[in-house]
Amino acid sequence: MNPNDQYFQQQQPGYGAPALGQNYGGMLAPPTRTPVMQNQPQQFPPSNGPNSMNPYGQPSPRPPMAQYGHSPLPPQATNPHQLAQQMGGMNLGDNSLKSPVPSMYPPMNGNVSPAPGSFPPRHPMASNLQASPMPPQPITPGMAPPRPGLMPPMQQQMGLASPQQYQNGPGMDNMGPPVNGQQFASPRPPMGAGFPASQPSGFPGHPPMPFQQQPPVQQQPQQQQGGYDSMGSRYPSSPSYPPGMSGPIPGPNSQPMPSQQQARRLDPDQMPSAIQVMEDDKRSRSGPFATNQKGLVPPLVTTPFVTQDQGNSGPRFVRSSMYSVPALPDMMKQTAVPFGLVISPFAQLEEGEQPPPVVDMGELGPVRCGRCKAYMCPFMQFIDGGRRFQCPFCKATSEVPAEYFQHLDHTGMRMDKYQRPELCLGSYEFVGTKDYCRNNVFPKPPAYIFVLDVSYNNVKSGLVHLLCQNIKSILQGLPRESINGQKSRVGFITYSKEVHFYNIKSSLAQPQMMVVGDVEDMFMPLLDGFLCDPVESENIIDQLMVQIPAMFADSRETETILGPAIKAGLEALKAAECVGKLLVFHSSLPIAEAPGRLKSRDERKLLGTEKEKTVLSPQTTFYNQLGQECAGFGCRIDLFVANNAFVDLATIGQVARLTGGQVYKYTYFQADLDGERLVEDVRRNVEQTVAFDSIMRVRTSTGVRPVDFYGHFFMSNTTDVETAGIDSDQAMTIEIKHDDKLTDEDGVYIQVAVLFTSPGGQRRLRIHNLALSVCNQMADLYRSCDLDTVMNLLMKQSVTKLTESTPKQIRDVLINRSAQILACYRKNCASPSSPGQLILPECMKLLPLYINCLLNCDALSGGSDMSIDDRTFNMFAVQTMHVGASLAYLYPRLVPLLESSTPAAAEDSPLMLPSPVRCTVDKLRDDGVYCLDNGIHMFLWIGLSVSPEWIHGVFNTNSAAQIDIDRTKLLELDNARSQEVRCVINQLRSTRQRHMRLTLVRPRDKLEFVFRKFLVEDKHGDASSSYVDFLCHLHKEIRNLLN
Amino acid sequence: MGTFQEYIQQNEDRDGVRLSWNVWPSSRLEATRLVVNLACLYTPLKEKPDLPAITYDPVMCTRGNCKAILNPLCQVDYRGKLWLCNFCFQRNPFPPQYAGISELNQPAELHPQFSTIEYTLTRSQTLPPIFLLVVDTCIDEDELMTLKESLQMSLSLLPPNALIGLITYGKMVQVHELGCDGIAKSYVFRGTKDFSAKQVQDMLGLGKGGGAAGGGNVTPGQMGQPGMPGMPGQPGPGMPPGSVGPMGGPMGARGPGGQSVLPPSRFLQPVHKCDMYLTDLLGELQRDPWPVSQGKRPLRSTGSALSIAVGLLECTFPNTGARVMLFAGGACSQGPGMVLNDDLKQPIRSHHDIDKDNAKFMKKATKHYEALASRACTNGHAIDIYACALDQTGLLEMKSCCNTTGGHLVMGDSFGSSLFKQTFQRVFAKDARNEYKMAFNALMEVKTSRELKVCGTIGPCISMNVKGPNVSETELGIGGTSQWKFCALGTNTTPAIFFEVVNQHGAPIPQGGRGHIQFITQYQHSSGQKRVRVTTIARNWADAAANLSHITAGFDQEAAAVLMARLAAFRADSDEGPDVLRWLDRMLIRLCQKFGVYSKDDPNSFVIGENFSLYPQFMFHLRRSQFLQVFNNSPDETTFYRHMLNREDLTQALIMVQPILYSYSFHGPPEPVLLDTSSIQPDRILLMDTFFQIVIYHGETIAQWRTQGYQNAPEYENFKQLLQAPIDDAQDILQSRFPMPRYIDTEHGGSQARFLLSKVNPSQTHNNMFTYGGGDGGAPVLTDDVSLQVFMEHLKKLAVSSTA
Repeated sequence: MNPNDQYFQQQQPGYGAPALGQNYGGMLAPPTRTPVMQNQPQQFPPSNGPNSMNPYGQPSPRPPMAQYGHSPLPPQATNPHQLAQQMGGMNLGDNSLKSPVPSMYPPMNGNVSPAPGSFPPRHPMASNLQASPMPPQPITPGMAPPRPGLMPPMQQQMGLASPQQYQNGPGMDNMGPPVNGQQFASPRPPMGAGFPASQPSGFPGHPPMPFQQQPPVQQQPQQQQGGYDSMGSRYPSSPSYPPGMSGPIPGPNSQPMPSQQQARRLDPDQMPSAIQVMEDDKRSRSGPFATNQKGLVPPLVTTPFVTQDQGNSGPRFVRSSMYSVPALPDMMKQTAVPFGLVISPFAQLEEGEQPPPVVDMGELGPVRCGRCKAYMCPFMQFIDGGRRFQCPFCKATSEVPAEYFQHLDHTGMRMDKYQRPELCLGSYEFVGTKDYCRNNVFPKPPAYIFVLDVSYNNVKSGLVHLLCQNIKSILQGLPRESINGQKSRVGFITYSKEVHFYNIKSSLAQPQMMVVGDVEDMFMPLLDGFLCDPVESENIIDQLMVQIPAMFADSRETETILGPAIKAGLEALKAAECVGKLLVFHSSLPIAEAPGRLKSRDERKLLGTEKEKTVLSPQTTFYNQLGQECAGFGCRIDLFVANNAFVDLATIGQVARLTGGQVYKYTYFQADLDGERLVEDVRRNVEQTVAFDSIMRVRTSTGVRPVDFYGHFFMSNTTDVETAGIDSDQAMTIEIKHDDKLTDEDGVYIQVAVLFTSPGGQRRLRIHNLALSVCNQMADLYRSCDLDTVMNLLMKQSVTKLTESTPKQIRDVLINRSAQILACYRKNCASPSSPGQLILPECMKLLPLYINCLLNCDALSGGSDMSIDDRTFNMFAVQTMHVGASLAYLYPRLVPLLESSTPAAAEDSPLMLPSPVRCTVDKLRDDGVYCLDNGIHMFLWIGLSVSPEWIHGVFNTNSAAQIDIDRTKLLELDNARSQEVRCVINQLRSTRQRHMRLTLVRPRDKLEFVFRKFLVEDKHGDASSSYVDFLCHLHKEIRNLLN
Repeated sequence: MGTFQEYIQQNEDRDGVRLSWNVWPSSRLEATRLVVNLACLYTPLKEKPDLPAITYDPVMCTRGNCKAILNPLCQVDYRGKLWLCNFCFQRNPFPPQYAGISELNQPAELHPQFSTIEYTLTRSQTLPPIFLLVVDTCIDEDELMTLKESLQMSLSLLPPNALIGLITYGKMVQVHELGCDGIAKSYVFRGTKDFSAKQVQDMLGLGKGGGAAGGGNVTPGQMGQPGMPGMPGQPGPGMPPGSVGPMGGPMGARGPGGQSVLPPSRFLQPVHKCDMYLTDLLGELQRDPWPVSQGKRPLRSTGSALSIAVGLLECTFPNTGARVMLFAGGACSQGPGMVLNDDLKQPIRSHHDIDKDNAKFMKKATKHYEALASRACTNGHAIDIYACALDQTGLLEMKSCCNTTGGHLVMGDSFGSSLFKQTFQRVFAKDARNEYKMAFNALMEVKTSRELKVCGTIGPCISMNVKGPNVSETELGIGGTSQWKFCALGTNTTPAIFFEVVNQHGAPIPQGGRGHIQFITQYQHSSGQKRVRVTTIARNWADAAANLSHITAGFDQEAAAVLMARLAAFRADSDEGPDVLRWLDRMLIRLCQKFGVYSKDDPNSFVIGENFSLYPQFMFHLRRSQFLQVFNNSPDETTFYRHMLNREDLTQALIMVQPILYSYSFHGPPEPVLLDTSSIQPDRILLMDTFFQIVIYHGETIAQWRTQGYQNAPEYENFKQLLQAPIDDAQDILQSRFPMPRYIDTEHGGSQARFLLSKVNPSQTHNNMFTYGGGDGGAPVLTDDVSLQVFMEHLKKLAVSSTA
């Protein structure tokens, strides 16, 4: 395509592109590319053609995609990367892109250089980490010099190689000196630039992004050319490092392992930075993202982009951990990169994105492959003059139903291709016929049932009162979609030791309460009037909401039930013959004599030990069975737990897990402090589009198949994922197994079909299609990985294993696997270099960071400092996270609200979020105010030296010390500072699925300990390691593997 | 003293007692030879407007196992201030308050005319009566409407302090909480399950400690019961289990003085407090909403509902007078006590099915209701059943609920019928003193002289299993005890009590010796007071060998007929129909052999005393009655008839056995006529009272006149009056009887005439040719039944037969 490509090819025959920035290059705005691409137009002629604009799609500004074509590899896989790299390179060269890079990196470099001794710039590392293109090795002389200072260190550090080794260059085997963290932070762009040159045409592959990238922008250009080499080359060898670092692991020098001390000397700023990577991606890939190619690597989840559906589903719906799948299972095995999909079938769309159109095929129903039953999609090939079509999944050909027949044009495309969403879009919906309905009856709109614990705890904490007060406004958010005149209905159940149903028929003068004390054998005591249209029954509901708090105001009941209450909701839905969801507000361990009675087993000291699985697994199968029963009927359960003691979430949460529900937890709930959070969560929960009674099946083309499923759902067989309700926040992660050879020309096709009932009661199918390309080169694989998705998969896998293996085993598996991934890269994709170097593939340069975050996250390793319930809650939360959420969970967002340097920023536009900074205590300034959130917790850290004006403006006190930190809400003061802060916080919140409680923290407060835990790059306690330490450790592991 | 007839009448009026024999044979052997047992019909709460109000406690014999109550038949030593117990001959000092006693200054209980006397125990707590309505909602809309109206109306009839509760049922059972504001609250139970009292209590959230499950001996009797006589055979001063202790209060909360006000539970509230609420609640009551598919019956959980009702009372008000009033519109079709399933294809069991052992639900259901009845009895709660449906409602299975608790059993076609409406109103009828004619939680004890023992009782009661010394080993009816509990008593309720003479043949009773019987009935009056009614009677002994004529003269054939009817019906419940008839025949023949005067083998010589003369006729009609003949009756009807026979007093029972027929004609004033086909004349209007039906039958001519409208012509005013006369008389009966009879107005040839034709003695049938179509009129009945005449001839023949 680009000139660069060629360049690459020549230069780097063997391996992919230069490490850095390749990927990013791809993100660049199309225009930049276009000129470049012209070389090889043909590969995808049809699709790319100008025609390719779908009716729906946004016309892609781009010229034919053909560009990709030139790359020898299947376009998808390689191209992007290559492009990226090249582009990157180009740009840099052109200066067009400079700016981003510079801004980021400069500091790095700056830092680096100054402290060469301590950390060589990440380049080396980075490069290694990511795509360590071989080319790098040959550092252009030119390049080298500047970098050496910077880069080398990285590698060295990583490797821990003795200085000498580093210096020695590639040839040496230093076993990696402790690599820790040193090199990671390579800014890609620079790298990218460099690489192209070196790479052979074959893969423009991604050059490894050595950490070197950091070099100041200006340098980059230079590097680019020679750069790669340099990068690849071990950045290394800056003499400086070595000394400290390396306990040359194996190295000849055989220095002692990098000790922590050494590690400490590494400059964390030189490590690959998540913030930097995100910034870069945001800079280069924001904007439209057209899905017109197979194997197109999407922008990072943190990047604001607008999907243009041109035949593949957008990354919001489906993300793959790799977009170029090795043709041979062997390679897959060797690289150890997990292959999986994260599917959010009902993800919320960004502004500018088109919701999947609904196709009504009438009586005919969706057209499907006769054999594997795949649904009509853009991948289907019409043959025989349009009379038959071939399914890409099973290769069978099927007759086109007469009603659906259409002639083909001269290119073999159906004439109506662009009139039919199912022929030109990646995501669309079909209206289901009766055959797709439960019992062949069209469904009624799903019902919403509030199941409220009215025992002493909930009454005292104010939850009952609060909820009743707010129910009206919450109900206003109910989906009012209506297909055939029927609307969603609501019902109310309360319970403590018995279950109370309420008749809220609009014709009644007052609500009726029916108490069922027969908890052993729950049943539905009334036939109609339980579920009512909230608008019609508004008055009765209002009365009821006054009565409920009054009736139970004096409740002294502390023994509660839970199982029967849920059963009651289920029975209610059964009686109404509709699906729906229960919002269960529960307070305490169900110890009353009833089915589902639990005993207390709050042995938090077991957490973190080998026995922790006993307390993390359910103590009885009752709730699993109940959950299955609910799932079988399409009854989703969302648990809102407001406990002030052990509730055994691990056991009761199963009902939510198996029905696709969410778990919310409000420990020590007090209406005045947590009320807003609860109400907002409930509101969001109710408003969210939920697809009820859904069954998802993932079909893949031959050679790969889905094997493991993670998320909240129930599977009664090995292929169908059933959820009683799935909302837009939830994702299911699927691990795909590769068990047969793939061929280049076919690619890998994936179709996700979800049959569901819409909130309006329409039975529909949502189809997502995704095509991945196939590669024969490992480098292509490394170039097309999506690390965020990989981490999502690894995280869910690990958390799932918690109930089976010991924490230690899980940690080892994670560390070994990441070491293997990186080692494999190093061995096969990076050009020969000093073993002492840590070379990271560009796409994965953050892997060590994220793995370390994962190892330390609450869900995986919450120790005895947290309760079993909190731990379990985290585990449940993690299971449904989509990629964006899991990323935030692993690497919290730390946003400076006030820094001495930011005042100017504040003036710009109050709505602009300040840029996040790295999660390390080093970034906290005593005169700053920072907001940290990970999707579950939110902290506001207030430095002690913050200006009194600011404090006064926001907190109305004179100094930070006087702030009432028990408060969970900011005062609503009428001044610009206060407004601004609240505005920012609201905005931060709005990007998360849950309404996070704001915790105020000052240095040296008790809570600061908790806050610090979320500064994930730092070390906390004995059990965890800091980013730098971990990087060193990993490097050691890698070197072990290489030897 | 006049004739025995008068004596008997006098005694009945005074004491409410009718004995089969008014002179008693002095030895066991002779007694057994009398064929008809020594037994009595006793009406414990017979209305006696002349009873003095006595507010002190009765004086009891101090012997531990006697405790008979001081009565006019005791010998009193006024000087020594002593009295001699006429049952155990214990000499008892009078208590201090009787110090002023003398021949001239006698307490009421020593006056001979007060052989029946009633004490009001003022020191015990007063308990409001409790009414728990159990309402079937699986009935038609209009049935429900009218039932609701009746119930709402009844609220005004109840004593204002009475506690009332409401349970409704259909597929589910709902216990309604009363007196909640702003929200109508009810507790719902699945209709398919049986709940123990403990479960009911838990599920209703009735706190802990309220009544032991299953209602054991809830009341510790040890409370210093003010003056309540302990019963003989009771160890210590304790009250018998389940007796009307003042401590009937729930939750075991009791003060030393007895608590006067029971804490009403949420489900049982004073009528005056919740009548508005309840009226609204009843008004809003809807039919059972659960859909009933084609070919199915509604699911009706009568068994569960009753069980819950019993359980609720058991744990809130043990040992307190209460009535569960069940209004059923159909048979229980699910859950415990189901008598049929919901498949319309399978009709409810008939007598035929029962004979063929084809009623698959019957046994189990019966067991369920028996268990319920016994639980209810233990706590003194009565169960009334008002069943209104065109088909059977399972009364056969449920009968024990009413029969053992003393509750009412009313069977009708529709809640809209006046039969139901008026009957229901009459439940709350008041007597002349403006007091309700109902009493609760009564305990009747029978004391006898040593020569007598008690064999048992047939009546709406349950045994208390108190085995005193005077309890016979021979059981007749409910035996093995000397105490019975009547959870509800009406002024008419009349149990039959059977005795056995145990005096040995060789141990003569001194001349002039008399045998004594004392009935002590403690009960909770509708006003809440606790009262004790004591009836003491005495009869002469006679040596049958020497003075059979004395004994014969003392025979009360009416009482004997009713007693035999009860025994027969009692046997019929368990034995095969033909066996009972054979037994009855044998008894009759033996009686005739014993008391008839005849020459052997010469039927024509047979003569029997005047006071035996009607007895065979009674037996003839009894044999044909619906009590023993099930043909043409459903099992429910049979149950209902036997139920009434077992509780009504002698007069009513006799009417049931042999209906009364009055004739109205221009030939003279209304007169009773023979229950015979010959009485059916064209120019007569007949009024037949069978107790269950009032039939007005217009003879052929009268009917023609009536259709031609003569009564409307002024010149036939007399005809109009004639037509009106039986109607007025019928109204009188209708007004007073409980349950209200079915009123039938028919005429010659009318389909309803069958009610009359099936009762009359078929002296003219299509078989006896000589009268057929001729004779003195009358209406022949098409039947193969034997007529009274034939019956009598056979009887004579058999009686005189030496081989019989």
